[in-house]
Amino acid sequence: MAALEVGAKAPDFALEGGVAGSFRLSEAVKRSRFVVLAFYPLAFSPVCTEEMSLFQEILEEFTELGAQVVGISVDSKYAQQAFAESKGITFPLLADFHPKGVVAQQYGVMREDGVAERALFIVDAQMVVRYSFVSELRKNPGADRLLEALEGMQG
Amino acid sequence: MTPAADDKHFLKDPVSDRDWARGPADAPVTLVEYADFQCPDCQHSHPVIERVLADHRDRVRFVFRQFPIVSLHPLAQGAALASEAAGRQGRFWEMQRRLMEAEGRIGEAEALRHASELHLDIEQWRRDLADPALSEHIRETKRLGVRSGVNGTPTLFINGVRYEEQTEPVREQELRAAIEEALAAAQPAARE
Repeated sequence: MAALEVGAKAPDFALEGGVAGSFRLSEAVKRSRFVVLAFYPLAFSPVCTEEMSLFQEILEEFTELGAQVVGISVDSKYAQQAFAESKGITFPLLADFHPKGVVAQQYGVMREDGVAERALFIVDAQMVVRYSFVSELRKNPGADRLLEALEGMQG
Repeated sequence: MTPAADDKHFLKDPVSDRDWARGPADAPVTLVEYADFQCPDCQHSHPVIERVLADHRDRVRFVFRQFPIVSLHPLAQGAALASEAAGRQGRFWEMQRRLMEAEGRIGEAEALRHASELHLDIEQWRRDLADPALSEHIRETKRLGVRSGVNGTPTLFINGVRYEEQTEPVREQELRAAIEEALAAAQPAARE
């Protein structure tokens, strides 16, 4: 199944995420105007660490653009919590743990090898997918295109 | 799925007189590095970059930009400030070299020792460390760096185009080849 495309209805979900407690997408998009869903393969794997650290560095910019960032992987909430603590990540890292990868599946980014793709989505307050990008698994997609996309959605 | 169409990234923040730059201003090739003093890959890349630069002293300009990843590296921001503040007394590159070669021992005490050994005016250096303009400059450098496709450190740009070997320490042969390619492209009619 291919990743959800721009214009698709974003499936709602509720997941646990370490210190963040539980997170429900439909509520989060009401609080901020946009939610950035950053799917990654596994906590503590090198590229994810770099990708999540980068988002942490520029969290303020996402906030200024009305976007809340959340990371999602198939790890347990305890692994996510340890990952967040060891890397100084303050945004929610959600556990798509049981049934394993169900949210990744709904977004079309669950891989056959049991982890999610390294994928980015922006969901707006109407629960519509406004941006969709699947990166090479071992490549940090960075934040430049995400920020440009968010800028284009302002106003 | 949005295709990963064109994966080239370009420097959006042109080199200016606000930058720390070494080498001739009219050099045909400019190498820009975004780095974090507490990043091991940056530390390991430092001698590699220096060796490549040494071979092209007259034809490559080198620009160093701060990209401290503070959530991961608690000493990185302080070190970035220490070098910027040394720069205000004309000793940026000496401090940059010392901090890069320190293998991560770059806390306040070490930075102060370097500042003393470089005969900086310590009181002035301390005042500059606390100057909000310096941290704002670093913040802005990072902000624009991210926009240019800096996803981690070290990230290099050769004549404004991101050099795609950025998740590991820079390898000498590859960097040398890339610089030579840029030199060749910049000089269709050889000057020599």
